[in-house]
Amino acid sequence: MEFNFTEDQRLLQETARDFLQGECPVEFVRAQWQTETGRSPEFWAKFAEIGVPGLLVPEEHGGLGMNEIDLVLVMVEVGRAALAEPVVPTAAVAVPLLLECGHEALAAEWLPKIAAGEALVAVAQPTSPLVPEAEVADLLILRSGEALYAVPKGEARITPQKSNDPSQKLATVEFDPKPAQQIASGADADRLEAAALDRGALACAAQQLGACDQLIAMSVDYTSERKQFGVPIGSFQAVKHQVADVKVKLEYARSLVERAAHSVARNTTSRSIDVSMAKIAAGEAALEAATTSLQVHGALGYTWEQDLHVWMRRAWTLDLAWGETAWHRERLAGALFEDSLPAESFGFTPLFSAAG
Amino acid sequence: MDLTYTPEQEAFRKEARSWLEANTPKQKLPSFDTKEGFEAHREWEKKLHAGGFAMVPWPVEYGGRGANLLEWLIFEEEYYRAGAPGRVNQNGIFLLGPTIMEVGTPEQKARFLPKMASSEEVWAQGWSEPNAGSDMANIQATAIKDGDHFVINGQKTWASRGAFAHWLFGMFRSDPDSTRHKGLTFILVPLDTPGITVRPIEKLNNKKAFAEVFFDDARVPVEHQLGEEGKGWDVAMATAGFERGLMLRSPARFQDTARKLVELYKKTVASGAYVAPELRNTVAKCWMDAEAYTLNTYQTVSRLLAGGKIGAEASLNKIFWSELDTKMHETALRLLGYRAELLPGSPAAGDVGEWLDGYIFALAGPIYAGTNEIQRNIIAERILGMPRK
Repeated sequence: MEFNFTEDQRLLQETARDFLQGECPVEFVRAQWQTETGRSPEFWAKFAEIGVPGLLVPEEHGGLGMNEIDLVLVMVEVGRAALAEPVVPTAAVAVPLLLECGHEALAAEWLPKIAAGEALVAVAQPTSPLVPEAEVADLLILRSGEALYAVPKGEARITPQKSNDPSQKLATVEFDPKPAQQIASGADADRLEAAALDRGALACAAQQLGACDQLIAMSVDYTSERKQFGVPIGSFQAVKHQVADVKVKLEYARSLVERAAHSVARNTTSRSIDVSMAKIAAGEAALEAATTSLQVHGALGYTWEQDLHVWMRRAWTLDLAWGETAWHRERLAGALFEDSLPAESFGFTPLFSAAG
Repeated sequence: MDLTYTPEQEAFRKEARSWLEANTPKQKLPSFDTKEGFEAHREWEKKLHAGGFAMVPWPVEYGGRGANLLEWLIFEEEYYRAGAPGRVNQNGIFLLGPTIMEVGTPEQKARFLPKMASSEEVWAQGWSEPNAGSDMANIQATAIKDGDHFVINGQKTWASRGAFAHWLFGMFRSDPDSTRHKGLTFILVPLDTPGITVRPIEKLNNKKAFAEVFFDDARVPVEHQLGEEGKGWDVAMATAGFERGLMLRSPARFQDTARKLVELYKKTVASGAYVAPELRNTVAKCWMDAEAYTLNTYQTVSRLLAGGKIGAEASLNKIFWSELDTKMHETALRLLGYRAELLPGSPAAGDVGEWLDGYIFALAGPIYAGTNEIQRNIIAERILGMPRK
């Protein structure tokens, strides 16, 4: 039993943080709002140089061969930077899906390209008709009926949908299923889709931690400088206590997210419940951070010009991705109250288990 | 990161479980907030000590088991699973003990720790004074050196376990010209010292368990000074770290409550009684928060075992467990509906369990060990760096 990250894992996180501070300042995020695709191949190529797209890609396919425990720390940094690139569908969801679908040729074709930063993949969410990153994806993994299909770019009909967060690129997608493109069906498809959902939700939860961290930092900075009644407003307990409450929520959400990363990496029996708890808690922390930060920034935070809303909008939309909070709450409640999962298969210690 | 127990840890769990199953009193002991219950709990502590389970993480020479903090967490889980009695000497074993271990002299360790581990000597806390509550640095009780004794005058209040305890620990102003955090000394005081009057105070639960303690030229030997003279504040902060951050409220306590809450919810739904729809998510969230608290504690322990220390983040912990405890009991009372006000044993109460008692106890959580308002100040100022003024 050891619930710590290694020094190497922390170093990886710092590398990602330093890289994103340099390459993805908020001006870059805003500049992407103005471009046609909202995505930057130049950025993605550099991101591939530090290994992020291929973090989960096995070394024999040109990746780093790491797992979700490593990735979760990088995703926190992605959230802190409010990076708007297809990290979740491509790096966190598609890579393991391609590895686990049992089509070695498909994996051998796409994984090296993903690791090299030369291919983007979109994956349909089982909880929503919206497919993130469909427009820029070179390959789309989509469901039709009982089966999953790997559909190359150009063969799907994509209808863009505008998000409240200009960084989110969403679309609805139609396609004509072709047997040759089918990668799984029946129970196999369900299993792959369930794993994809958990991986997507985990990656979003980790980003929510980073966004929450950033919103707290901005609030601390602003309230330390802004003076009213002759003193910084951050010296008032009415302000301090609101921000402190967000910090409490954040740190306990972090524990759930980090455990969920372990559960996904090890594919434990409690994986889905652990991911749901992570998504619920990180979402609550990030949403409360958004509301609180806006309040302590006052009218300034209510402007388009102030950067606060970059992270506020991210907090709002991440909450809806890969299972909105209500969906995850219901999955947790079902396990707890309707025994949709055997009691001994979840709960961190045996004390929680009925078999305990 | 490896979140599985080692074979040795599993073996330890098994050993603790079978000992507790064989030895835990079948009948619930009377409350340790009564004289009779206090003594019954000391008897239990004696048995626990003889079984080698009184102080799992302490060195064997001080009456402990010589195990590490992870094994302590496992033991706590088994302890709550077995429904074993509350720890009557919790102020001593969980708060003062670790502090003596850290700053005490070899003589003090040998003198105090073994008798603490066996609960031969039970400890009360003496922090608050009538004018020093949240403003702890406003302590006015004095301990002035006279030869090889401190002469103590003044008053302490809200001394937990004060009504029946044998010893009290606390801070006293040893430099009468000092102010605030300076000039305070941490002193261990035998409560049978002439000049000390203990006056029990009735708590919200109608039991006389905490106390006011009056000092009138009470003479305490200087060797009972813990840490350096005038540096009592630093010693007290170490104690507060253990209290808020780790040992006083192990996760097992809240896991146990959460599990019972889930059972109560399922039972109430099955009974056909009306259950407000939102309680489904409220109960699930309580369970989830207890899980988060557990995980966070395992992280803290992993960090401590790797050489880390408990710092200001103990304040996050204190807010989280105290508010979770209140929330869980409030939710249980809502599930009980009209029966929530009935005392156990009332003919119409049915199986109301101890939720009401637990609720009243939980309400103290956001107040003791430093109010949650003080904790929020600490988080804002010391963790986040917000301006003090």
